[in-house]
Amino acid sequence: MSALHPILARKGRLAPFLSLALPLAAVLTGLLARPGAFRVGEAISLAWLLAFVSLFLYLSVWYVIRGAPPQGGKLVRTVVTHAAAALVTSSVWVLSGAGAARLLVPLWGKSFPSRYGEQVPVLFSTGILLYLLSLALHAVLLAFEATREAERRALELQVLAREAELKALKAQIHPHFLFNSLNSISALAGTDPARARAMCIYLSEFLRKSLAFGERKSIPVGEELALARAYLEVEGMRFGDRLSIEEDVESDGQTCLVPPLLLQPLVENAVRHGIATTVEGGVIRLEARRTGNRLRILIENPCDPDAPPRRGTGLGLSNVRQRLAARYGTDALFAARHLADRYLVVLSLPAHTDE
Amino acid sequence: MKEDSSTGVLIVDDEAPARSILRELISTQPGVRILAECANGFEAVKAAADLQPDVVFLDIEMPKLDGFEVLELIDPKIAVVFVTAYDSYAIKAFEVHAVDYVLKPFRPERLAAALERARGRAGEGRKTAAAEIAAAARPAGTFASRLVVKDGTRVHVIPAEKLDLVEAQDDYVRLKSEGRSFLKQQTIGGLATVLDSDRFVRVHRSYVLNIDRLARLELYSKGSYAAVLTDGTRIPVSREGHARLKALLEPKGSRH
Repeated sequence: MSALHPILARKGRLAPFLSLALPLAAVLTGLLARPGAFRVGEAISLAWLLAFVSLFLYLSVWYVIRGAPPQGGKLVRTVVTHAAAALVTSSVWVLSGAGAARLLVPLWGKSFPSRYGEQVPVLFSTGILLYLLSLALHAVLLAFEATREAERRALELQVLAREAELKALKAQIHPHFLFNSLNSISALAGTDPARARAMCIYLSEFLRKSLAFGERKSIPVGEELALARAYLEVEGMRFGDRLSIEEDVESDGQTCLVPPLLLQPLVENAVRHGIATTVEGGVIRLEARRTGNRLRILIENPCDPDAPPRRGTGLGLSNVRQRLAARYGTDALFAARHLADRYLVVLSLPAHTDE
Repeated sequence: MKEDSSTGVLIVDDEAPARSILRELISTQPGVRILAECANGFEAVKAAADLQPDVVFLDIEMPKLDGFEVLELIDPKIAVVFVTAYDSYAIKAFEVHAVDYVLKPFRPERLAAALERARGRAGEGRKTAAAEIAAAARPAGTFASRLVVKDGTRVHVIPAEKLDLVEAQDDYVRLKSEGRSFLKQQTIGGLATVLDSDRFVRVHRSYVLNIDRLARLELYSKGSYAAVLTDGTRIPVSREGHARLKALLEPKGSRH
């Protein structure tokens, strides 16, 4: 909440607010011109003045609300505060009316202030009612402001989540992977040109796919796994017999949509923190299965629990966690576990086949 | 073993293509003999001891032992050239007095220049202490998660949490872990700096203690204590050591 009253804080709001004086003055005229009180002319002159004074006087309700917020504050305290404020505001309003009555003496005669005095109880009660009315209007206004603020925040968060995703995507093609692959190509060019050529092709396929994925919001998990395969084919050239792949992908699950490049950091980890840490290497297992409305993805790789510590551990995992949270909230599960010399990552996502 | 005046070279990389390009380019250089190729850190340490190369071309990220650990365990007279795709290790490599640092993929001339530098420096000996190497190899602000010790041609890896006690013995330290003891050429002061100071305390000029192994403190005489470990071992505690122990054992909030 800003310190300035929301009606005064925005230019467009002042005119409609001032126009409220018209119905208010009309109601007050009706009240003051009732039989036994004032003549119509007298009532109109007084009602206009009282209406304008009340408009600004009752804006102060805002500051009372700010001083004693209804949420979190004690109910009794809030009620007492507003009751006191209502009495004070109403008194000030009635007194300002008395001042006006005195000013109007030249127009309506010397008895005008004392006749005004007779109307004080009625006007005072009206002042209390006006306070309550103002309180209600302010409550509506505040709720409206809060909703708009919440909408603005939600939009901001959405933008942030999208930015985080894009950042994640950009970070995902590791330069080391490129340099190591190019080094392998450089090596094979001398000794085994056919394999060097094959590796150039695998590498290009992987790069083209991952660049294209970055443009999309969601991709079928089947395509994501094809990208993983292209990646592992490149790495297979580096690691030779140390790397083999086993896939268990149900055709039913292939069409389920996932955020693009979601699995890529996990597959990279399976190589860098798995295969690359072992002397003998082993099998990287990829599994994707749809059960009812859930999609379950598993990535398993061998690892050496006693391997020298490597840098960058955990970054890929936290990246995946963030992206899952941004996309699915609490509806996605992610678990990573060491089982002796195997490392296991399991994801469970809502199975969507359309956006 | 080298019989002639040629330069003996060892190639260490866990990827076959990476080894093959090194072999291809180095073998064409005159006066160079490739003594062996190794695919992991253990093999490298063993080959370095058995074959006594003049120069090692060493990858950094490898199974079993990484390049820095290999460097720590081999004869300091061997000139080391790191060959890696990671440029983030470069500063550390020079801190441990590697002769050169070649980024993959490399031009043949770049590798030839590194070989030339290494041949010029071979036999000179690195002056880097093991502690400096270990300190340089780990990311800043973290402590060594494991220690490596060479025992003949065998390499032992001791995870820091399994290290019970370190005892100074002249230029060596004796590391005690799970009932076994290992001798490592390093000063106790140097070792103390790489260990996690929340767990390891220099309780005496000659002792560093894993605080999890401390059973109780006994008062010897006025102001002189002995630490009794969970396995019954007793070690002396100096006055400074006692103050350090007290500081570590007292909850942080109660310090003034």
